[in-house]
Amino acid sequence: MKVEHKIYLGLGAFFSLIVIIYWLWAGESGGATMLLASALLGLVPGSYLGWWAKRMSQRPEDVDEPTVEQSSGSIGAFPTYTIWPFVMGMGAFMVALAMVFGSWTLVIGFAFIISAAISATLESKRGGVI
Amino acid sequence: MTLTEEKKGESDHGQAGHHEGPSGLYRWLTSTDHKVIGKNYMYTAMVFLFIAGGMAMLIRTQLASPNGHFVSQQTYNELFTIHGSIMLYLFAGPFAFGGFANYLVPLQIGAPDMAFPRLNALSYWLYLTGGITMLLGFLTASGAAAFGWVGYAPLSSSTNSPGAGPDLWIVSIALVGFSGIFTGVNLVTTIFYLRAPGMTMFRMPIFTWNMLVTGLLILIAFPVLTAALIMLYADRHFGTVIYSVKGGGSPVLWQNLFWFFGHPEVYILALPFFGMVSEIFPVFSKKPVFGYKGLVFATLAIAGLSTGVWAHHMFTTGTVLLPFFSALSLLIAVPTGIKIFTWIGTMWGGQLNYKAPLTWAIGFIVAFTMGGITGVFLASPPIDFATHDTYFVVAHFHQVLFGSTIFAGFAGFFYWYPKLTGRMYREWLAKLQFWVVFIGFNVTFLPQYLLGLKGMPRRIAVYSPTDGFTFLNQISTVGGYLTGLGFVIFLVNMWISWKRPVPAGDNPWDGYTLEWATTSPPPSHNFTSLPPVRSTRPTWDRNHPEHADYKSPHVTEYAKKEVSSSEG
Repeated sequence: MKVEHKIYLGLGAFFSLIVIIYWLWAGESGGATMLLASALLGLVPGSYLGWWAKRMSQRPEDVDEPTVEQSSGSIGAFPTYTIWPFVMGMGAFMVALAMVFGSWTLVIGFAFIISAAISATLESKRGGVI
Repeated sequence: MTLTEEKKGESDHGQAGHHEGPSGLYRWLTSTDHKVIGKNYMYTAMVFLFIAGGMAMLIRTQLASPNGHFVSQQTYNELFTIHGSIMLYLFAGPFAFGGFANYLVPLQIGAPDMAFPRLNALSYWLYLTGGITMLLGFLTASGAAAFGWVGYAPLSSSTNSPGAGPDLWIVSIALVGFSGIFTGVNLVTTIFYLRAPGMTMFRMPIFTWNMLVTGLLILIAFPVLTAALIMLYADRHFGTVIYSVKGGGSPVLWQNLFWFFGHPEVYILALPFFGMVSEIFPVFSKKPVFGYKGLVFATLAIAGLSTGVWAHHMFTTGTVLLPFFSALSLLIAVPTGIKIFTWIGTMWGGQLNYKAPLTWAIGFIVAFTMGGITGVFLASPPIDFATHDTYFVVAHFHQVLFGSTIFAGFAGFFYWYPKLTGRMYREWLAKLQFWVVFIGFNVTFLPQYLLGLKGMPRRIAVYSPTDGFTFLNQISTVGGYLTGLGFVIFLVNMWISWKRPVPAGDNPWDGYTLEWATTSPPPSHNFTSLPPVRSTRPTWDRNHPEHADYKSPHVTEYAKKEVSSSEG
């Protein structure tokens, strides 16, 4: 976890340096804002990963020669098939078309998105096909 | 070995009906398997490549003679806009980070799937519908968007570009942008949390490293584009004046926002392809990759620098700090140069096996280096002032992007084709395609540098016979047709491979990384057993225990040093 933490923090530190140079030299606020946001995008997750790295026990993927005890256990649940991402994608498509043609597809689109979001959540909760 | 087997065994959590999913169309609609989604992405992206390539043929036909009448000027504007938009938003990116990364990253790190399989499926559907939305523009009364793939304000305002076509362009890129953001989240999470035991960060294949950095760049760049598009939409429909001088807004703001996305985007498109050739050179040279850490840090350096160079596309606006952007742009040449040297260093002294993937990868180095070096020219403001918006720039970015997405992309496609399908392509057809495309590519784009230096502007549908552009344009058009012929050869190759399959075997290239340790094509959830990961080349270690990397004292010392320095 330490390497992951350092990658984010390193990028954040680099962008912080750049934003300081840019702000002092160019004095232009638009670009400085975007660079500042990029710096935070590095520093915030970087600090979060660092916070965890200190508190969690070492993971088997972080050690050179993992032992049997370290490597045992389940990785997680991975669904193999579900219709809801497709339904949600079609909902988003209809909402997008409504933004152009201003038509009734907006209602159908949102109906698709909301029902897909609810169904996908229930699917995870229930176990279902996952 | 047993310890990893146990872990994988439990990940399948033993449901009997688990592998018996739906079949046919319903399987395609509902699968959350990263391999199915990855292939969907790849084949969809290739369809878009052929559509946009066809548009390129029309563009070259129009320019083959002065005062061309092949298409109207409005149609020409639509063609180059949608050609660029498809190639950049719908082909190059999704082909790499949607297709290859989706398929390969979980395999390369020994994971059963992506971290968020359903989000992964959603991002494919957003991508497909976004692409369809863009093409729908041609069916509207006012035609598709016609303001270039960059959509500069104020040309993209509702006064200058009225109609549904530009709106379709805006929402289609918003959809594709969300799809990209979801893929970025998925990639970073997968690489951080789903690696196999022993697969430390500094044992990951270079391709996976590059996809991690691409994921980080996507998360930095794409939200900026989406925000810019929402503001453009608000300007067009809700009467805001963000990009209009009239109400106190600023058209240059669009350029700033767009290129803050647009330049990292160039690296989002290029880094995955750098990763592919970084896998191909070692395998076809029978050597470990030269300068593993150098490649990793060069990739990270490119990611860092690429965020601070956006305004080098805006030198001629007169509103940007030239020395700052010029210096940072020139600096990018350093990590890129490191990469080119490590690729050459990998081949140096190796036993080169000139199969199609290696041939395409060497073609990539040639094409990309030419494009990259003219990029160094353009990073210098005096040259940029002279050549801005001419064909010099067109030739430059086509050499960079065609160089990476097509040459490295096909190198990767042929390299992993046996893994994707379990079949072999026809070697001679792949090589014939290479030579036709390589010659066609150079004949197309090298004259365009000269055209640019002679002053031919971009995005013009007609030129005068007295301009002196005719001959070079004719050569360029012939080159374009030749390139198009190369892609017909590719289709023939795929057709033959489909009709008369030749089984490829699980590991036809004697590959090094974990995807070659499983069957071709891999089973559901990828691995029935994993070789232990003790070096950067776990499959090589398993197949050649006498030459295993972890046994060599030099490599072991090196690996220990790397881990101790990286773990701090």
